[in-house]
Amino acid sequence: MTLALDSVRRGQRAKVLPGFRLTLGITLAWLSAIVLVPMFALVSRAAGVGFDGMIASATDARVLASFRITFGASLIAATINLVFGTMLAWALVRWRFPGRRLLDGFVDLPFALPTAVAGIALTTLWAKRGMLGQIADGYGLQIAFAPPGIAIALVFIGLPFVVRTVQPVLEELEPEIEEAAATLGASRLQTIARVVLPELLPALLTGFALAFARAVGEYGSVIFIAGNRPGQTEIVPLLIVTKLEQYDYAGAAALAVLMLLVSFVMLLAINLLQRWAKKRHGN
Amino acid sequence: MRAERPSLIDPWPVRIVVGALIVGFVGLFLALPLYTLFAQAFAKGVDAYLRAIDEPAAWAAIKLTLTVAAIAVPLNVVFGLAASWCIAKFEFRGKQLLTTLIDLPFSVSPVISGLIFVLLFGLQGWLGPWLRSHDVQIIFALPGIVLATVFVTFPFVARELIPIMEAQGTQEEEAARLLGASGWQTFRRVTLPNVKWGLLYGVLLCNARAMGEFGAVSVVSGHVRGRTNTMPLHVEILYNEYNLTAAFAVASLLALLALATLAAKAALEWRGRTEIAS
Repeated sequence: MTLALDSVRRGQRAKVLPGFRLTLGITLAWLSAIVLVPMFALVSRAAGVGFDGMIASATDARVLASFRITFGASLIAATINLVFGTMLAWALVRWRFPGRRLLDGFVDLPFALPTAVAGIALTTLWAKRGMLGQIADGYGLQIAFAPPGIAIALVFIGLPFVVRTVQPVLEELEPEIEEAAATLGASRLQTIARVVLPELLPALLTGFALAFARAVGEYGSVIFIAGNRPGQTEIVPLLIVTKLEQYDYAGAAALAVLMLLVSFVMLLAINLLQRWAKKRHGN
Repeated sequence: MRAERPSLIDPWPVRIVVGALIVGFVGLFLALPLYTLFAQAFAKGVDAYLRAIDEPAAWAAIKLTLTVAAIAVPLNVVFGLAASWCIAKFEFRGKQLLTTLIDLPFSVSPVISGLIFVLLFGLQGWLGPWLRSHDVQIIFALPGIVLATVFVTFPFVARELIPIMEAQGTQEEEAARLLGASGWQTFRRVTLPNVKWGLLYGVLLCNARAMGEFGAVSVVSGHVRGRTNTMPLHVEILYNEYNLTAAFAVASLLALLALATLAAKAALEWRGRTEIAS
C-alpha cells in the first residue's frame, strides 16, 4: 500500500518538477567530457604497458624510493596533524578565548592559499638562512631540501582536514555523558580516554585518512622545499612530471594509475569509516 | 554555556600546556609562513614591490589567470546547478554512483589531473595527430589550461548545492508549478533565491582554487612566458630565477585573494548561522 502510494507520488513529482532529463543530460555529458573520458584515456594508456610492464615500472629502484619517501613523509605529516588537529578542534569547540572566531577561519588557510605560494614561503622560512632554518641549522638539522622539509609542507596542506572532521563531532557530543562519567567517579583523564576518545575515533581516523590521501598526491608546495634529488627527496607526483617531460607517456601513465589505485583504496577506507561513524551515531 | 559546566572545564595546567602547543603549532605552520610571504614581498620597499608587479610578464600572467577563472568558474556553476537539481530533486538509480563520480577530481593528484589531458590532446595523445593536422592547439595553450582548471574545480559548486537543495525538498517548487509557474520561472524565482548563499560560497571556493591551481596547470601549460603562464606558474619561474622580491610580490597577490576568500567564507557562514537562529 505504502509502496503504491510512494510510486504514485514519485510519478506525480516527476511530472510536476520539470528538467530532470535536461539536467541529468547536462550532468552526464559534462562529467563524461571532463572526467570520465580523460580518466579512461589514462587507464587505457597504462594498460598499454601490460601487467608485467606495470610491475616492472612499480619495482624500479627510483620509483620504489619515491614511493617510500612520499608515503613516509605523508604518514608522518598526517600523524602530526592528527595530534595537533585534535587539540586545535578541542580548543575551538570547548574553550572561549578572544580571537577564537579568527583562529577558526584561519585554520582553512591551507585550503585557500595556492600551493606554490605556500611552497615558496615555507622554503624561505626553513632554508638554511631562513628564520626557522637558522635555528634548526644551529642544532645541525637540515630541514629544507631534505626529507623533513617535505613533511613540513605536507603538515601545512593537510592541517585543516583533521580539525574540520573532528570539530563537528565534538560540537555534537552530549556534555551529559561526560558529566555522568564524572559523577560516577571517573577522573577527567579517564573520562577523556574512555568516553570522549571512543566517540571521536571514527572522525579522527577519517581526518587522518583525508590528510594522508591529500599529502600523497600533493605537488605544488612540496617541489620547492624538497630539493628533488632522485632516490632521496623525489616524490611520486614529481617523478610523473619528469617522465612526462621525457615523453615517456606510458611510464607516466603507469605511475599515475598506481597512485590512483592507492587513492581508491584510501577513498574506500574513508567511506567505510564514515559509514561506521554514521552507524554509531545513527538513529 | 557548555564551557561553564564545572565538570567539563579543563584544569588550568592542561589548558596552559595544550594552549602553548596549539600556539606553537599555529605559529609555526600558519602564521610564520604567511608573515614570511609579505615580509619578503616588501623586503625591498613598496617601490620594488610595485615595480615587480607592474611588469609585462606579470600583467600577462594576471590577465591569463583572470581569463581562465572567468571561463572555468561559470562552466562549473552551470554544471553544479544542473547536477544538484537532478540529484537533489529526483530519485533515480545510480544516484550514489553519480555523486561519487562528481567528487572524483578531489581525490586525484593535481599532477594526474593535468596528465590525463596531455594523454588525450598532447602530441602523442589519442587526439594529438588529428588536432595537429587541423592546426588546433589544446595542450600548451589556453584550452588545455582551462580544461585542467575545470577538472580540479569540478566538484566545488555541486558539492555545496546538493545538501542544501536536498534539505529544502521539493514542496516549494511543486507549489510554484501548481500555481502555474513555468519550469524556468520556478527555478529562477523559487530555487535560486533559496540556494543563493550556498551558491555564492561554492563559487568563492571554486574561484580561489581556479586562480591558485598549480600542479595540474603546470603539466598542461608548457610555461611559455607571457603567453601560457598563470600567476602561480609565474611565481615559480621568478622564484627559480632567484628573483625573490618579484616572486613574493606576485605570490602576495594570490595570498590576498586567499585571505579575502577566507573572510568572505567566514561572513557567509556567520550569516547562515544567524539566519538559522532567527
